[in-house]
This record gives sequence, structure tokens and C-alpha cells, in this order.
Amino acid sequence: MGALISFIAVIILTLLAYGGVKSANMQAIFGIVLPYAAIMTFLIGVSYRVIKWAKSPVPYRITTTCGQQKTLPWIKQNKIENPSDAMGVTVRMILEVLLFRSLFRNTRSELQDGKLLHGSSKWLWLGGIAFHAAFFTVLFRHLRLFTEPMLLPLHLVETLDGFMQIGAPRLLMSGVVLLGAAMFLLLRRFLIPQVRYISLPADYFPLFLIIGIAVTGIMMRYVTKTDIVSVKELTMGLISLKPKIHQGVGAIFYIHLFLVSVLFAYFPFSKLVHMTGVFLSPTRNLANNGREVRHINPWNYKVKARTYEEYEDEFREKMKSANIPVEKE
Amino acid sequence: MYDRGKVIAGIIIFLALVTFPFFYKTGKANVQIEPKINTPVIEGLSEKKCVESKEFMRANHMQLLNEWRDAAVRDGQRTYVASDGKSYAISLQNTCMNCHSNKKEFCDTCHSYTGVKPYCWDCHIAPMEAKR
Amino acid sequence: MPPKLPKPEELANVNYKPPKKWWQKGTAEIKEGFWCFGSRPKYLQAVDMPNPREWKPTDEDWKLPDNWREIFLEGMAERLQKYRSFHLFMDICVRCGACADKCHFYLGTGDPKNMPVLRAELLRSVYRKYFTPSGKLLGKIAGARELTPDVLKEIWTYAFQCTECRRCSVFCPYGIDTAEITIIARELLNLLGLNTDWIMGPVANSYRTGNHLGLEPHTIKSNIDFMLDDIETVTGIKVEPSFNRKGAEILFVTPSGDLFGEPGIYTCMGYLMLFHELGLDYTWSTMAAEGGNFGFFTSNDMAKKLAYKIYSEAKRLKVKWILGGECGHMWRVWNQYFDTWHGPADFLEAPVSPITGTRFENAKGSKLVHIAEFTSDLIRHKKLSLDPTRNDHLQVTFHDSCNTARGMGIFEEPRYIINNTCNHFYEMPENTIREKTFCCGSGSGLNAGENMEQRMRGGFPRANAVQYVKERHGVNMLANICAIDRATLKPLMDYWVPGVNVAGVHELLGNALIMKGEKERVIDLRGEPLPGKEGA
Repeated sequence: MGALISFIAVIILTLLAYGGVKSANMQAIFGIVLPYAAIMTFLIGVSYRVIKWAKSPVPYRITTTCGQQKTLPWIKQNKIENPSDAMGVTVRMILEVLLFRSLFRNTRSELQDGKLLHGSSKWLWLGGIAFHAAFFTVLFRHLRLFTEPMLLPLHLVETLDGFMQIGAPRLLMSGVVLLGAAMFLLLRRFLIPQVRYISLPADYFPLFLIIGIAVTGIMMRYVTKTDIVSVKELTMGLISLKPKIHQGVGAIFYIHLFLVSVLFAYFPFSKLVHMTGVFLSPTRNLANNGREVRHINPWNYKVKARTYEEYEDEFREKMKSANIPVEKE
Repeated sequence: MYDRGKVIAGIIIFLALVTFPFFYKTGKANVQIEPKINTPVIEGLSEKKCVESKEFMRANHMQLLNEWRDAAVRDGQRTYVASDGKSYAISLQNTCMNCHSNKKEFCDTCHSYTGVKPYCWDCHIAPMEAKR
Repeated sequence: MPPKLPKPEELANVNYKPPKKWWQKGTAEIKEGFWCFGSRPKYLQAVDMPNPREWKPTDEDWKLPDNWREIFLEGMAERLQKYRSFHLFMDICVRCGACADKCHFYLGTGDPKNMPVLRAELLRSVYRKYFTPSGKLLGKIAGARELTPDVLKEIWTYAFQCTECRRCSVFCPYGIDTAEITIIARELLNLLGLNTDWIMGPVANSYRTGNHLGLEPHTIKSNIDFMLDDIETVTGIKVEPSFNRKGAEILFVTPSGDLFGEPGIYTCMGYLMLFHELGLDYTWSTMAAEGGNFGFFTSNDMAKKLAYKIYSEAKRLKVKWILGGECGHMWRVWNQYFDTWHGPADFLEAPVSPITGTRFENAKGSKLVHIAEFTSDLIRHKKLSLDPTRNDHLQVTFHDSCNTARGMGIFEEPRYIINNTCNHFYEMPENTIREKTFCCGSGSGLNAGENMEQRMRGGFPRANAVQYVKERHGVNMLANICAIDRATLKPLMDYWVPGVNVAGVHELLGNALIMKGEKERVIDLRGEPLPGKEGA
């Protein structure tokens, strides 16, 4: 159900861009207005979300500890999985953000003849990291359309990305991996009953959208071709704030650009904000040193708790008869 | 605990990374990119036409070159019959570069603009161009 | 009468196939054996908590206050602003499913709403409906749900079917901690008077007497006196602890579970013997005779109120620092909340072991030292004479308690003590210990009697791992450092892995400890013959 809704939504978006450009000549809308609107929504939206989270304090030091704590000097602390200082936290966060450390721990539990077996399971990690790394590489490669003169590392990335030298234009692996990994992530939502059960339209939609983006991108490069020089003239026009529509850019480009615009605009309203959220996760970005350094809760308040005086008043006679010292005889 | 400083720093880094191309561009942003076809050989042609149409070549030359490479190097096939029936010798040096002897002003103009580094010149020797 | 418990073979046959019907359409079925009685009004009244009334979870009408929806949603709004964790965790889940088969309740029941992701979605769907533009606008398509009485019941059912063990948060790529979500959900339910009797009773007791069991000061003393008699029988030594003594160097606080009932009391006897042997200058407080904190399973406010007595007693008795006994959630609270609530503890001194001179650097702020840290330091400095052969009849394995594992990280200290007091120690499989340890299935106030099927199912993964080492190594003793474990693992073992006993680490220490002037020991702390002394 959720998948179907999302799939149809992406198809409609594609047709909208195609129709808009082909029959209504709305190149200026799809090539200039919407990309600007999308990037503004993205920048403001994401910043707004982060600020909104940040306005809620972190009242307690609730690190999830995944290794030996700092303790007696002869017991080896796991300084990364159970950090006690900023250095450890930094390394932990780097591993988490770049290498998906927690997901790497993933296990799979199976019940066989009344016995539970918990084996290592790296597929989700592999799919996830392939997807994100490929996405990042593809995004980075696109800087060739947004920088003039080109950034130096771009050539290096592209050479590495296309090192198999298949075809011309050279086959870039990142695009293929991106599409493959997105398909994998989609398929596991279809095929694993538990994952299918928890999946919402909001889980399928970005996947279909990204698959749409990858497919149109790959088609443009290898199949239907578009004039890349005109495309760059358009993109450079955009970033220099002197946008101009160039003839000779095919509809497929506008579809691609429109889907990307939708992704950017959708980003701050969706689960995709996990990109920034992960940095703020209190179970990961805090040192486990609650007994060493006092963590301050800005809304901490005094509570009315039972005092010893009240306690002794209730139990004084019983305490005295049991020879337990009391304050007031 | 709010970690206000770290959050603001994070937002600034995020904004800087995303908007970086807006600040990076250096004047050349809106140049017109037009590869030059004014070599002596082309000037001397009666009909200024490549092996296929200009539009086709603009978008597909890399694929054509790739097919030529495969045809010549792997299959020993050295003649290309164009869509208008004319035949051409399959040769980068002798056919393509004969007319387009100005690699810097022809090939490189677009390639460097769009960040393409073809590996033609891994094997072929790039033409020595006379300084104009 | 608690409902009848099915046979283990039936329970072990778990069906993980999700139902056809999509969860958002369904409502919680409150199954027999899966719920605890609603709190009696007197307990709520005793601690001034709102909406006290007689109610039963299986009742159609929960007698909610008229404006219950406003109370719930306003409470949610308030907590979104107070807890970044809650706010963030409502937003960033991508439903990758990595957490699904990490939950012991899911593994034991196959109920998809026990997948941590879905447990959180129950509340998240309400969050979307009332707090996000997409949820307000798109409703169901955005995964948003109206807060109806049925949805409330569903949230209740699954908030009290989570032990806040945090195992899912170890595997979550964003560190989403279901315990945070359950904690908030329970706070919201408490605004409507929807706690369980098993939690509220101890809370009310703890407020009045200082401990969950409601032991009055003279009873605490007499309970310990019984233990002292037993110690004398075993060792011939008369141990004389002090109560509410001013000027002692150390205040000792342990969960009240150690003061009452087996096998907790044996652990307590271990403490008493150890302190006597060291000649430690310490005192008990009859008011701060509870490290555990069922307030933590109620609300932040209640937890803080119940924790107050520890520092205030330390201050009144003018001790230098505080030593804490073996307990799970007590140490989560002490390690991650306590100093924030009631600190700074500037009236205490940075803890130093009077026996070895070791400074407990990691506790220099809050001045709260874990007894496993204290004891392993003693052993390391060879301050204790130990005879591990007295535990030779035991094939021991160690259960890492959820809270000390994932809210503290105390892994090596208890193992060091076990390895020095026992000759036969075997680890359970790697994915079921340390930070990946499985819950006993009865934590966070779920250790009642009426929900026994739920508890046995929740403890299934733990029991299964114990069975593995039992079959392989003949393990017959499950050691741990948690009072709730001591109370709940025994019935769990009796149900799933009969023949395995449960003990605190300091019981093992008490048995191995050679005390100055002791008579030849022939029985252990449980009064059973020591190995080789069966005829004596």
C-alpha cells in the first residue's frame, strides 16, 4: 500500500516535469524557479530542524555504553565504545557517522528447534554504507557542474570512480552502486516480512525518488544523452544568480533536476533529517563520565522529598527500641 | 546542556558546505563555450560537415570514438560507413585530428569546462600544435 | 489467581510472521498473562500523583479524566521541549529494522509491536499527528494517528512491555534509545494515573520507609541480625555492623532486595563478611536502605524524589563517600542521573579506598563507588585471602545486567571477582553478553506475578543462552550484580533451565573469603555442604 502510493507519487512527479517541459515549455519553472525554491527550503528547513532540536536541552548524561567503562587503572577501558572524554566521543562519532559503527554490530537472531541463534549479519550495514557512500560520491562528482575552474579532487574522484574504463563516457561505479544499493534497500522492505510490516509511505517515497534520480542520471549519461555543455551553462548560471535557459537541453535533464529538487525540498520534512540528527544523538555524543563531572540540567528543580525529620518522627519509638540512634530523644 | 556553540558551528559548516559553489565561482561563470572549428583544413572544405551531424557529434562523439576504437583495434575493421552513406577511414589521428588539428581549442574547451578527461591520449600521441 | 502458564515447549514455539492486518489499523489486545494490575489509588495518593482511582487494564472503561487527551498532548509538548533525546528520537528513525530482533520481548513473543521500532512508532504516530506539519496535513499517509482511547491503551500495553534495557539502542545507527521513549510514555501515562500496582506500591513504600519493601527501621535491623546469626553459624565469627552511625567514613547503600528473600540475602551476607574482614569504617542507613528506584519507572520527578534520601543521609551522617551494592537500575540512575539531580556532592570527599589507598577517579564527582570496583581493587592489591575451591561445585556463568552494561559499562570488575573466587567460569555466547546482554525479561518494574507469561517470554533469550552453557559446560550457577536479576532469574531458570541457581557476585565472594579467626567452614552461606565436606 505505502509502496504503491509512493511509486505513483514519483511517477506523477516525473510526468509533471516531462509534460511541463515538452508541452508547456516551462523550462524556466523546472530549470530555475523550482531548483532555487528547493535549495532554499533545504537550507532553511534543515537549519530550522536542527535549531528546534537544539532548543531542547540534554538534561541527563544518557550515553549508551558499549564497552568497558573507565575505572581502576589496571582495567583497560574501551575509550571509543565507552568514552570518558571529548577525544573518545569524537572518535566514536566519526566511526558512527562515516562507518556506521552501530549498524556494523548487527546480528540476526533465528529460532531453531527451540534454540535462539544470534549470528553476525552485515548485509544491512553493507547496503547502507554502499548507498550512502555512492550517494555522496555522486553528489560530489556533480560539483563539476557547479565549479569553474573545477575543483582539483574532482578529477581524482572521477578517475577512481571510472577506473575500470568501460565504455565512453566511462562507466562510473558510484552511479551503478547507488542504484543497486537503493534497489537493495527497497527490496528488503518488500521481502523481509518484519521490515515490510514497519514500512510507511515515508520509507518508500525517498527510495523511489532516489531510484528515479539515479535512473534519469544514468540514462542521461549513457543512453539518451544531453548536451552537457549547455547543462553546465545552466547550472553555472544558477549559482552565479544569473540563471538562463539554454536550448538543446533535453526533457530528461529537467526530469532529473525536478526529482532532485523534490528530494531537497522534501528533506527537512522527512526522516531524511537523520543526516543531521545523528550528530545530536545523546546516547552517542556524550562521554560516560556522569560520576566524574556533574552534568547540568538547565531545568533542574527542587523536589519535595521526604526529609529525615519526617521519617524519624514516624519511626522514632521503633528506632529507639531497636537501639538505632535518633536525632531527637 | 544545550551545546549551543557546537550546534551553531555545525549549522554554519553545513550551510558553508552546501552553498560553497555559490561563493567559489570565479568570474568565468557565464562564459560562452564554443569549440573552435577554424582550422586550415576545415576552412578549405567545400562542405563543412563532420562524419555525422553536428548535434549527433556533440552528444555522441565519445560513443562513436569508442566504437571506432573497438572496430579498428579489436576487429581490424577500418572503414566507417556514415548514416548518409559516405565512407570514412576509422582513425583518430588521420581522420578526426586531420580536420580538428586544434585539440586545445576544440577538444579541450568543452572537456575542461565539464571536467571530462578522456583517455584517448593515454595511447594516442596528442598533436603538437603550432602556436597561433 | 495469576493466569496459568503454558508449558515451556509451547512458549518456545514463537511465530515471527507479522499478521496480515496493518498495525496502524489495529488496537492492542490486552492478553492474559501480559499485563499488571492497575495501581491502587492509595499508592498514588501517598505520593500526590494525579488521577487515583480503581481500574483494571482489561476494563473497557479506564475511567480517564475528561480532558485526558489534552493532558497527554500537553505533557508530550512539555517533554519535547525538555528532552532532546525524545524530540530527536521522534524525528530521525528511518525504520531500517536493525532493532527488530534485538528486543527480548520480540524474540519471546513474535508480536511485531514488540519490535523497538514499532513500540516507538505507537507514540511517534501520535507525535506526527499533533506536532508535525506533514502529519497534520497528510494524516495516515504520513504515518500519523489520532490519539483515541484505543491508541492510548495500546501505548500503555507496550510501554509496560518494555524493560528499558537499551539493547536496541546499541544497534541503532542513530543511537535511538527505546528506553527514553518508554520512560516518557510512562510519564505521560502517569499523568493519567495509569501506572501499575507493582510499581506504585514500591514507590509509595520507598517514599515512606525509604525502601521498596516497606521495611521499617527496626525490621531492617532485625533482618540483618538474622543474617549475622547465619554468618556466625557458617564462620563462627560475630559480625557487628552499625546503623545510622554518624561520623563513619563510608555510607553503604544497597537495594532492599538484598535485605529480604533468597538469594538476595546471601549477597548481603557477602557484603557484611567482607566489610567485617576489612574492618571497614562504614554504616548502614535505615532510611537510605534502598539503592533501587522504582520512581525511575514512574517519572523523572518521582525518581528524583526517591533518590533524595541518599545524599541527604550521607550529609546527615557526615560520611566521606558512598559505596553502592549490586544493583542494576540503581547504577543506571547513580551513573547517569544522580549527580545531576542532587549534586554537587561537595559535602563529601573524593572516594579513596581506606584499605588500598586507591583513588576512584571515575567517581570523584558524585562520590558513588560501585562495590565491584571496590572489591576488585582489593583483590588486585591482594588484600583478601580467598579460597576458590569452596566454590568448586559451581560451574558459573555471568549475566551482565542491562543497566550496568549499557548505562555504565562495568564488565571486567565483576568478572575479575568471579575469576578470583571461582575455578569454573564460562561465558555465554558472545552476542548475549556484555553490551549485547539479554534482559532477564522482568526489569523496569515488570517483575510482578500476574504477568508471568510475559516475563517468561521476555526472559527466553537470556534463558536460552544459559541453557547453551549448561549443555556445554554443565553450568549450574548464574551470577549477576543486580537485585532484580536475583529475584527474577530464579523463576526464569526454574521454568526454562531447571537446575541452574542464581547468586550475586558477593555471595560467591563471601563463600571464598577466608576470614581471620574463622572456624573450618563446612557449609556455604546457603547452609549447604561445601564440596568435600558433605559428610562433615
